[in-house]
Amino acid sequence: MAEENGGGQAPDVQAMSFEDALAELRQIVERLEKGEGKLDEAIAAYERGARLKQHCEAKLKEAEAKIEKIRLSENGSATTEPLDVE
Amino acid sequence: MTEARNDSMNSPNDNGNGDNGGRDNGGRDNVPIFTVAEISQAVKRTVEGAFQRVRVRGEISRPSFPSSGHCYFRLKDENAVLDSVVWRGVLGRLKLRPEDGLEVIASGRLTTYAGKSSYQIIVDSLELAGEGALLKLLEERRKKLAAEGLFAEERKRPLPYLPEVIGVVTSPTGSVIRDILHRLADRFPRRVLVWPVAVQGEQAAPQVAEAIRGFNALPKTGPVPRPDVLIVARGGGSLEDLWAFNEEEVVRAAADSTIPLISAVGHETDTTLIDFAADRRAPTPSAAAEIAVPVKSELTNLVLDLSRRLASAGYRGLEERRTRVEGLARGLPDPQRMLQEMSQRLDDRAERLTLGVSRFLRQEAEKVESLGWRLPRPEQQLGLARERLDATADRLVRSGARNLESRREQYLRVDAERRLDQGIANVRRDTRRQLDQLGRLLDSYSYHKTLERGFAVVRDADGQGVLTRKGEVQAGQSLDIEFADGHAAAVAAGGAAQPKGKAGGNPGGSPGGSGGKARAGKTDGKQGSLL
Repeated sequence: MAEENGGGQAPDVQAMSFEDALAELRQIVERLEKGEGKLDEAIAAYERGARLKQHCEAKLKEAEAKIEKIRLSENGSATTEPLDVE
Repeated sequence: MTEARNDSMNSPNDNGNGDNGGRDNGGRDNVPIFTVAEISQAVKRTVEGAFQRVRVRGEISRPSFPSSGHCYFRLKDENAVLDSVVWRGVLGRLKLRPEDGLEVIASGRLTTYAGKSSYQIIVDSLELAGEGALLKLLEERRKKLAAEGLFAEERKRPLPYLPEVIGVVTSPTGSVIRDILHRLADRFPRRVLVWPVAVQGEQAAPQVAEAIRGFNALPKTGPVPRPDVLIVARGGGSLEDLWAFNEEEVVRAAADSTIPLISAVGHETDTTLIDFAADRRAPTPSAAAEIAVPVKSELTNLVLDLSRRLASAGYRGLEERRTRVEGLARGLPDPQRMLQEMSQRLDDRAERLTLGVSRFLRQEAEKVESLGWRLPRPEQQLGLARERLDATADRLVRSGARNLESRREQYLRVDAERRLDQGIANVRRDTRRQLDQLGRLLDSYSYHKTLERGFAVVRDADGQGVLTRKGEVQAGQSLDIEFADGHAAAVAAGGAAQPKGKAGGNPGGSPGGSGGKARAGKTDGKQGSLL
């Protein structure tokens, strides 16, 4: 995934799952730590890494418990209502 | 019961008590006549009266489900068969669905079916006859579904690493959902959708299956979010309690679920068929929550660590490049300084060039001088040459001597011939000389005898010509007179003979060749004076 950076075909960060974003972030970090590649590639990688990091942090931040219960209406379509578990 | 049966059996007899006299009296005519319907009715009353409600154990055989919605089967054991009926309204409430070969205890009331002259049981409840029967059924069902490939490993889908929405199929009350929610909150609070179902009883299986299908049917984008993972959970219980999760309907729904599904039914030791169909089996509901989500704090730390490393790697990458650029820049020389250095080098070279020329000349002179010193002196060279010459001569002599030796041998061989020739020549010469002497002797002997007789031979003093005439003698001429016994010198008388006398001395000294002559010479002077 990270290898595709050069082709400009890297997936949109916002649409990425936490897992994919984390994996790509890890790849970028490891690559940068090796200090290889051209400068502009390194900068691009860093910028993408920063976006991935923000995305990961956002994914972690939005972790809020929201407990709901499915309710089926007459016509069989599902709606939700809060569930209180005492 | 026996009493009851007896009572009911007796009752028709009682009814016919009044006819007893008739039977006794009239034999055949006294027996009352029933219509078929009457007797069927009578039997029915008797049967139903005698057995209020019964429980019958037996094996289900040949169940059928006609379109009426009722269910018919037979209960049988080794020697007997009992027709059984489940009315449509009851069938849905049964704990288990009648299946061929199932060992059950059927509860209901006994009755007759007049239309076929048969009796039957109207079943209102079915239960499996004992644990062994249940396990046997379970195993058979498992084999059947496994043969269909429902449990195949390749059907298993990986669970999402971090699901956004978790669907839980379980009872909305009780400890199971509480445990799950608590564990989720501890690890990673998520949005949870609970699909409430009965987890026990006749309704459990269809409801659980419907819930699984329902979650899968949710559109990806809709008012109700589609879960990323499902948990089907139930607390521990007996085999019968958990039976809903062995039902084919539930197992199939779980196997068909496109949303990854975690089963968490009963305790760790309980295994239900949904566990085989699930993508992951959790030993307990709490464990299912642990499987479903990672620990948030760990992820937070991980992201934090990665972001620190990203920052430092990015910074270090830039720093390293900056350092490299600076290092290269330092390596880049200042043009003015470069020019100065070059100019200085030029000066230096020019100076060294001037110095160099004179030094070169000096060096060359020194070289010549040293070469001159090394040049050998003529005497030395001569000496050397002489030595060499001597040595060569020496070698020559030695080799010459050796050569000579061999040459001499050769020569000696050649010389022998020469000496032979010479010898021959010598012999010849000697012979000739002897011959000459003999000839001369012969000549001399020719007149010698005459001399004896007093004749003499006068010769010129030279001894050459014999003077035979008086005219031949001049005064004073030295003469040689040969006598028989030798020669005597004489001078012819006459004055004119003086100079001749001087001259005559010479002939006296001249080699006469013989002793006689020498004596004549001595006597020459005497004779001269005599004359």
